[in-house]
Amino acid sequence: MTDSTRRVVVTGLGATTPVGGDVATTWDGLLNGRSGVRMLEDERYTDLPVRFAGQVAVEPLEVMDRVEARKLDRCQQLALIAAREAWADSTQPEIDPERLGIAFATGIGGIVSLLDNYDILLSRGWSRVSPMSVPQLMPNGAAAWVGLDLGAKAGIHTPVSACASGAEAIGYALEMIRSGRADVVVAGGTEACIHPITIAAFAAMRALSTRNDDPTHASRPYDLGRDGFVMGEGAGALVLESAEHAAARGARVYAEVASVGMTADGHHIAQPDPEGAGAARAMRLALQGAGASPTDVIHINAHATSTPQGDIAEATAIKSVLGTSVDDVAVSGTKSMTGHLLGGAGAVESVAAILALHNRIAPVTANLENPDPEIGLNVVSGEPRKLRDGDAVVLNNSFGFGGHNVALIFRSV
Amino acid sequence: MSQTLEGLAAIVNEVAGTPIEDITAEKSFVDDLDIDSLSMVEVVMACEDKFGVSIPDGEVKNLRTVGDAVAYIDAQS
Repeated sequence: MTDSTRRVVVTGLGATTPVGGDVATTWDGLLNGRSGVRMLEDERYTDLPVRFAGQVAVEPLEVMDRVEARKLDRCQQLALIAAREAWADSTQPEIDPERLGIAFATGIGGIVSLLDNYDILLSRGWSRVSPMSVPQLMPNGAAAWVGLDLGAKAGIHTPVSACASGAEAIGYALEMIRSGRADVVVAGGTEACIHPITIAAFAAMRALSTRNDDPTHASRPYDLGRDGFVMGEGAGALVLESAEHAAARGARVYAEVASVGMTADGHHIAQPDPEGAGAARAMRLALQGAGASPTDVIHINAHATSTPQGDIAEATAIKSVLGTSVDDVAVSGTKSMTGHLLGGAGAVESVAAILALHNRIAPVTANLENPDPEIGLNVVSGEPRKLRDGDAVVLNNSFGFGGHNVALIFRSV
Repeated sequence: MSQTLEGLAAIVNEVAGTPIEDITAEKSFVDDLDIDSLSMVEVVMACEDKFGVSIPDGEVKNLRTVGDAVAYIDAQS
């Protein structure tokens, strides 16, 4: 059944992020360099080395029914909000439920619900542990709720690959349609794991920025002063559809999902390969799969987490893949504004990459004041940048602890 | 409306969102109030806390309607 020539397109977008509660507000924020990073006011953070994070701009309860929200972990609330926006944006295709699939990822799942219920176990005993705690904590919970909401029966899937999860879900959705299992798939990623233990755990790895006195400038990819990533929360969602199906119903198409390249580093559990060899292979595979050459690439939404090593490894990989074309490619690091949405990152950044292609304008990389000379990329900073017209592709990179590399290519239509 | 019914109605409203005025003695938790087996555990937990009673798992299947639950709680307290 697999038909690698079966074209797959994007017909709907959704997002709720620290920069905005929907796609339009988020996109406006990314073009204008608006940071969604804020102090964590809760006193439980007082003694931690990191006391800020990218917290969603719109609290779920502002846009979701209270009774529905109380059943859900926060990562599931965010997933549903983004998925419903994407579905509405696609004008809700009429589809046989058995031809509708879900691929919705998370890196960590409902850890905050699990921890809250552990506190209840210790303070009040097992009989007060919520009967919803298992559906809330299971990593596939967000995908399952989205599937129930839309009535999807072709299959519901949750790839887990740390910070590459959201991108992997989009790759999975692409393959689900190409393999003939579904005609429409809602794909995305979500994360909502801001909690003292996760902050402490990432801080223990020395992975987080500790710029507590200036949180909006803490996430600074490619800047010499970068000192780690900033944890964020949020979700992104895309409606993927076979080109045939979209054409038959006259759907508005943002872009084609041209290909996905997925590799593993085989290097270290949490550190990137310094040469970015695995990342480079993922990008090459993606270009090859799309039948595109480096000169077709006009924009990269980079993984660019603002860690000292990671940004250089990715830049090295990008330069090795693009060769002399690298100077013509506008690279943006939007985590500078959203923080790092972990399992939600690949999905939100795919939304951004698709809008950059669709609108031919690349968002900024905020906080780039003293560019690191080792990076050597054509980074968009200060003002958003106009991208050239004509046939083109954009690239979205996502990498995860464990050595996961996912490169997605979107092509103009 | 008895105090017990009033208290139970507030709990069902919190868990399932059913309007308070629709929560009357003859209503079935499952058929009329959209309370599934997981939500019923939440209702039981909240009743135990609110009314200071104990409702063992073996009893829960006998509490088919709101009236059944009110009678059980009133007999215990």
